[in-house]
Amino acid sequence: MKVRRRTFIKAAGLTALSVAGGKAVAQRYDAESWLSTGGLKAKRWAMVIDLRKCNEQHGCTDCINACHHTHNVPKFEDRKHEIKWVWKDSFEHAFIEQENEHIPEELKRSHVLMLCNHCDNPPCVSVCPTQSTWKREEDGIVMMDWHRCIGCRYCVVACPYGSRSFNWVDPREHISEINPDFPTRTKGVVEKCTFCEERLAKGKLPACVEACRKRFAGGEDTTPALIFGDLEDPNSEVRQLLKANFTIRRKPGLGTEPEVYYIV
Amino acid sequence: MYDSGKIISGLIIFLIIATAPIWYTAASGGTTKGPEPEIITTEKQCVRDTDYMRHDHMELLNEWRDQVVRGDDRVYTTASGRKFEKSLSNTCMSCHPNKSEFCDRCHNYMGVDPYCWSCHIEPKGGSR
Ligand code: HEC
Ligand code: HEC
Ligand code: HEC
Repeated sequence: MKVRRRTFIKAAGLTALSVAGGKAVAQRYDAESWLSTGGLKAKRWAMVIDLRKCNEQHGCTDCINACHHTHNVPKFEDRKHEIKWVWKDSFEHAFIEQENEHIPEELKRSHVLMLCNHCDNPPCVSVCPTQSTWKREEDGIVMMDWHRCIGCRYCVVACPYGSRSFNWVDPREHISEINPDFPTRTKGVVEKCTFCEERLAKGKLPACVEACRKRFAGGEDTTPALIFGDLEDPNSEVRQLLKANFTIRRKPGLGTEPEVYYIV
Repeated sequence: MYDSGKIISGLIIFLIIATAPIWYTAASGGTTKGPEPEIITTEKQCVRDTDYMRHDHMELLNEWRDQVVRGDDRVYTTASGRKFEKSLSNTCMSCHPNKSEFCDRCHNYMGVDPYCWSCHIEPKGGSR
């Protein structure tokens, strides 16, 4: 096809315009389209974390930063007050009883990304006296209703993974930059990751997954370390990964059936 | 009758003092005023009719809260078919960003102090 000068100039102009205006337009479109099209749906949300890939990005905290900014998670110097939705710890702390003295050195030194496991049998749910936390039947997310939480902390004790944090002090003063789109919490309530159910409802992937995708987007291998999808769909990316790789879960002996899987 | 003069003037003074608030308002210009919430949006219509909103907006907010958090239902369709996100900060406050001249003006008058703002973010410049 021959490109005439006028067509070329038009196309070039349009491209320049869309680059300049692209972000604003996309955001406005996003902000409204989900109202009619609905959000992302699954029968069973699950996550696969590729620890090899994650640890190749030495010391990367993009996912943690994205999550904690999106959800107004406060930052405390004092470990006693720490609030965490997504965090990292050593392999031996993450996989108690699955480590041994002679595992590969890089595994021993590796850092494991952790978050709420959105268990199939969540022990936190059965102990909650106000049903502030429950497992959503449609897609398995272990939900939080911050309006109902009375701060009894039974769930904090019941969770074997340390996924729940209690606000001992008012978190507001410890959030460096408040995201106006998501409420904070107050002193006296428990909080944790919700698999970004508020983003899924608006057709967006979880903030941590999106951040990880961005991180890998420029590289040779664009498959990120965090993969999110429907466990009940045999064609989903998570199922493909689970099929092709050996994966482990945290504290499998407890029968909680975590829905976060690790490729080690 | 003894001391009728004293008793009657005493009664008159008592009556004046007892009814003082009424005289005071009458003298200081007309009837007591209700709160005057300021509408600054260019929109013509709230998410429901004005009368319902005035009396029952807290019910609507409670419904929205439960439907969103517990029912994963975030879309509100108005009688005229317009769609809104069921959100306190993102919807109500986008049309009523002047929290202190709108929400607070009524609430202060009525002596209610919704605790929502200890978590939900107030619009900028709208703090009480
Ligand atoms: C699309 C813009 C818009 C949105 C969104 C909106 N409002 Fe309104 N609201 C208005 C307008 C315009 C009026 C005045 C209507 C009139 O004058 O008849 C109004 C009136 C009201 C009133 C009555 C005020 C009075 O004078 O008595 C209350 C209360 C109110 N809104 C609360 C809310 C709450 C709470 C929400 C969220 C659930 C909300 N509004 C969302 C535009 C909006
Ligand atoms: C026209 C006056 C008026 C306006 C404007 C108004 N409110 Fe109210 N609101 C009231 C009254 C009156 C009550 C309390 C009624 C009661 O105690 O039964 C109330 C109660 C509430 C409650 C429940 C509080 C509780 O402790 O139960 C919430 C939440 C609330 N309002 C939110 C809002 C928000 C948000 C806005 C601004 C967008 C707003 N209101 C604007 C009059 C108003
Ligand atoms: C302990 C903190 C806390 C308090 C107090 C609180 N909320 Fe919320 N609220 C939240 C969180 C967190 C969400 C979840 C947001 C989401 O999933 O999008 C939420 C969601 C909501 C939603 C739906 C989503 C949205 O963006 O608004 C409504 C409506 C709501 N709350 C209303 C209220 C009202 C009305 C009050 C006061 C009477 C209140 N909340 C008090 C924390 C709180």
